[in-house]
Amino acid sequence: MEFLLAIMTGVLYAAGLYMMLRRSLVKLIIGLIMIGNGANLLIFLLGRITKGHPPIISESSDVFTEIYADPVPQALILTAIVISFGLQSFAIILVKRAYKVVKTDDLDEMNTTDEEI
Amino acid sequence: MMQQLLLYPLLWQLLMSIVLMFAWRHINVQRVMSITGSVIGLILSGMLFYKVLVYGTQTIQAGGWEAPFGITFVADTLSATLVLLTSIAGLAVSSFSSASIIPARLKFGYFAIFHFLLLGLIGAFLTGDIFNLYVWFEIIIISSFVLITLGGEKAQIEGAVKYFTLNFLASIIFLTAIAVLYGLAGSLNMADLAVLIPKIENRGLVEVTAILFLVGFGIKSAVFPLYFWLPASYHTPPSAVAAIFGGLLTKVGVYALIRVFTLLFVDDVFIDEVFIVIATLTLFSGAIGALVQKNMRKVFSYLIICHIGFMIAGLGMFTELAIAGAIFYLIHDIVVKTNLFMISGLIYRIKGSNNIKSLGGLYKEYPKLSLLMTIPFFSLIGIPPLSGFWPKISLIIASFNTQNYVVLGAVIFASLLTLIVMAKLWSEVFWKNPVDLPKRDHFLYFDKMTTTRKLQMLLPIVFLTGVSLYIGFGAESVQQLSTRIAGELMNKQQYIDAVMPKS
Repeated sequence: MEFLLAIMTGVLYAAGLYMMLRRSLVKLIIGLIMIGNGANLLIFLLGRITKGHPPIISESSDVFTEIYADPVPQALILTAIVISFGLQSFAIILVKRAYKVVKTDDLDEMNTTDEEI
Repeated sequence: MMQQLLLYPLLWQLLMSIVLMFAWRHINVQRVMSITGSVIGLILSGMLFYKVLVYGTQTIQAGGWEAPFGITFVADTLSATLVLLTSIAGLAVSSFSSASIIPARLKFGYFAIFHFLLLGLIGAFLTGDIFNLYVWFEIIIISSFVLITLGGEKAQIEGAVKYFTLNFLASIIFLTAIAVLYGLAGSLNMADLAVLIPKIENRGLVEVTAILFLVGFGIKSAVFPLYFWLPASYHTPPSAVAAIFGGLLTKVGVYALIRVFTLLFVDDVFIDEVFIVIATLTLFSGAIGALVQKNMRKVFSYLIICHIGFMIAGLGMFTELAIAGAIFYLIHDIVVKTNLFMISGLIYRIKGSNNIKSLGGLYKEYPKLSLLMTIPFFSLIGIPPLSGFWPKISLIIASFNTQNYVVLGAVIFASLLTLIVMAKLWSEVFWKNPVDLPKRDHFLYFDKMTTTRKLQMLLPIVFLTGVSLYIGFGAESVQQLSTRIAGELMNKQQYIDAVMPKS
């Protein structure tokens, strides 16, 4: 399971970067979303994929005696998901505005900022 | 009550932004509230700074959860100084924006978002938890996205697309770095990590994590190969926004680099060499970029990149003197860069343009104002005894001591090119005969403003110029402060003991 998820994370990062390097604005957004999900999956993976082992210390001992699912990364992903959700919705609106104002979705034609004003 | 002083500058900005939202449509109320609120924020930060200076590093464990389990807020001298500088720049820009930002923009919650940005900045400086740092960075970038797009002009939107993409990518790289670091060390508290990281056996993976942090923060602080978003976006929003961006946003990246690479990843020769190389290239490329630009604010944007190089060079040499130089430069740079962008905004309001070819004759028309502007210009170049001069001494001595002659050359070359750029700017904008510019309709020219508005634009410039002059003429005390900060950074045990006292 870990192995599959590790491959999946790598694929998401690679695909996300590839999409970001395209010239289309829409693909840029898709790339950002994919790479964001890749990062979230990576954190999840680091919390150890264990089934039915909550991080509760049994009464008889003072420390964890067997492997357990780390709850901290799960809290981290929750935060990261909420943040990236906000950013992605902002990005979609921004791209829509950019398409309306510049009238193109080709990133190569967005050169107004390089003009001399 | 005073034990929680550490959190007051932070909570005050949060309170300000919430209260300002209730006065959504009443922009005059917002103007008054923002300026008075910024004054109070400055007082609170000043109190925190004083307390840290006298009693040493302050810490708060959020919710009473002992470190390393809870989130820690730490104010060592570096954090307290930067919080104070943030409040100083925040006050100046708050006053400047009440006059220079058009009401149409103010009506869309400009001030509320502005204080959110300050909240994020102060939080990033004060936090002692690496994931919490990520959250503050996100607050900073979300607020800055709104500020950069507010108004929705074509250039703004295009600049925002570039700004957004690279800052989002930087955040994801930063998050990846945190994830890998957590997997390796199993902690998020920076003081705890400082203890755990040297014990990790898999050094290769630690190195990779360090590089991920370097790239993530490098994009945010606009160092050599990663800076292209900055000149493409910083000249598009109103100059008040550019002032707070130019003064503080790249510097928070530099702060994060300094914090992470003096506390977590130390004694790494490879990383130090990487720093030296990127610092040299940043100094060269920023300075040369500034030379060919024709828009005043683009010139300043490239100078931001160029001068980031000084701080990174200090960090790369990693001696106490070099870090002191870097910190002194950071203190000087925040004040001067904020001031420069406000000056470009003032010139824009006077003339209606920022293109140096179509400007001219400013010295003839406004001699006193021009003389005021020379002070930040000369500080930026580093004419003795103004503020830019002193940190360069430390940096140059440090590069002699560590035999980094390439850095030495780059520092001198960048200073020289800054001089040439500013001299060119001065002769084009101030000395050249006035060019006849077509009068723009519906444009708020400076001489048509009311006296209050004029004062609101001029006083922040005078204020920051005064701070610059203090840094220049009171260099001894600032140097002592920087040396103290450098001492604290080099001796990380002090930081660890402050966060996790041995009981």
